[in-house]
Amino acid sequence: MMLKPNWFLILLILLLALLPLSESRFYIFLGTDILIMGLFAVSLNLLLGYTGLVSFGQAAYFGIGAYTCALLMKKAAVVFPVAFVAAAFMGMIGALIIGFFCIRLTKIYFSMLTLAFSQIVWAIVFKWNSLTGGDTGLIGINFPKYLDSSTRFYYFTLAVVVISFYFLRKVVDSPFGRILATIRENPERTEFIGINVKRFQLIAFMVSGFFAGISGALFGIFNHSLFPDLLYWPMSAEVLIMSILGGMYSFFGPVVGAAVILYLRMLVTSYTQYWPLIMGTILALLLFFFPGGIVGFLKSQRPFAGGKR
Amino acid sequence: MNLPDPSFLIIQSLSGLTYAMFLFLIASGLSLIFGILRVLNFAHGSLYMVGAYLTYSFVSLFINAPGQFWWAVISASLAVALIGGFIERFFLSRLYIREELSQLLFTYALVLIIGDFAKVIWGTGQLSISRPPILKGAVQIFGQYFPEYNIFIILLGLGIAFLFWLILNRTRWGRVIRAAALDREMLGSLGINVSWLFTLVFIIGAWLAGLGGALVAPIAAIVPGMDVEIIINVFIVVVIGGLGSFWGTLLGALVLGQVISFGILILPRLAIVFIYVLMAVVLIIRPWGLLGKPLQR
Repeated sequence: MMLKPNWFLILLILLLALLPLSESRFYIFLGTDILIMGLFAVSLNLLLGYTGLVSFGQAAYFGIGAYTCALLMKKAAVVFPVAFVAAAFMGMIGALIIGFFCIRLTKIYFSMLTLAFSQIVWAIVFKWNSLTGGDTGLIGINFPKYLDSSTRFYYFTLAVVVISFYFLRKVVDSPFGRILATIRENPERTEFIGINVKRFQLIAFMVSGFFAGISGALFGIFNHSLFPDLLYWPMSAEVLIMSILGGMYSFFGPVVGAAVILYLRMLVTSYTQYWPLIMGTILALLLFFFPGGIVGFLKSQRPFAGGKR
Repeated sequence: MNLPDPSFLIIQSLSGLTYAMFLFLIASGLSLIFGILRVLNFAHGSLYMVGAYLTYSFVSLFINAPGQFWWAVISASLAVALIGGFIERFFLSRLYIREELSQLLFTYALVLIIGDFAKVIWGTGQLSISRPPILKGAVQIFGQYFPEYNIFIILLGLGIAFLFWLILNRTRWGRVIRAAALDREMLGSLGINVSWLFTLVFIIGAWLAGLGGALVAPIAAIVPGMDVEIIINVFIVVVIGGLGSFWGTLLGALVLGQVISFGILILPRLAIVFIYVLMAVVLIIRPWGLLGKPLQR
């Protein structure tokens, strides 16, 4: 399928590439954070918005990716590129195992099982002191030599995230992606037209886990340290909120959600420690007044802008 | 491996039973709300926490009154019930026409809001109150001491379970509530005000959570974060027993209470993993729980 060049996107990527010229550590830091969490949120949204699976355990694959990359580098002295790719594949394998059981269930039971599995992963990381450091965390994860500055790491993250988005966009615009949307709208009827719904859902899980693993690996290096909290259920809730706040029925909606939340958090936490209160209020207001999320709202303001998801 | 002292085992299982009663109080409210309103209330742990904090405040308010602890428990649980009614009537009820995800997220927003409000009002330090004077002592069971207060909790929990069952199965209101779980449209056309019934059910559920929090106040640290910790255990209880099932909730609470009590003793490092494995296994084998029924819709 030929995609029209999207000038807005190209301009945006150019702007992002020029961001380090601002020489503002604040914006480079925020930019890296948004890119990483944006990728994480989009990986969730492949399940949530595109396939209609309300996964409440996305933090598991994020955490698996983060710990895989960090542990391989720190404990096994594996070089960064190998550790990084391994993290993505471990995220995918984690999603394959967890997804295998979860896709058998629907609705609230599905969400509960994803929650249970991610809590199992969290509990293992939390209690396996000798490997993960448990509650004290894994500290001193260094940038690989050639990425040893926040600007270089920013460019690396930007490249990885742009390539990931390109690939994910191809996936959702492909016939495979269309089938996922069909499953979201009506799993029973999709089954009737001869599509193996469970197999497609499982593949969606694996793709989702793969990219969640990548974002987790980036996150660990970005922060120089990892803590089990990364896998605890409020993390899954936070990324779910990012997706829904931004708009789960658009591809870049979750990125917008991540950007808004992370920017606001930076802003708010410099004035007050009560960020959750603000976040909860925003979330509640959004649910009552903008059910389609930010992107959904903007789209509804431009009725002739075309219905491309 | 030498066998542990039997009296020790009894004490340990009684502590598990005490914890199970708290789990049951909160989980039965959550399960009732889910059974009727079809909303999984994430904020149920927050209501429990508010119950504990309010009890702390009321105890210092009623400092000179005789039976101050009991008055504090009653006022705190009723205040939580009122907060619950307010939340349902003015906010949650407007979201019933939306998809389930909106309702779930709204209750999660409440977790964030209530959690921070509690920090603003009561601070981030650890608070505690003392047990009521009448239950300060301990009784001897096979040579081991066990607090009277915990025995009171076990008896009260069983009493409330029985009362709850009696109301649900032997009164007109219980019949109406059970009918609402099956077919709310039909109930509406039979002349019952379903919208107020939902509010009432939420109030009862919130009251149970508030009562749990009020009663746990003398034996647990009242700290921020107790909301998030309990809600996950309550989810495990309702998942094991069956969402919306009364006896299932009781069974789930008893099972989890014992698993936590003994698990931490036998395999301290694996216990926490094990409870989530238990949750996952039940969901895989019987998604609707041990004593629940599959969802119709």
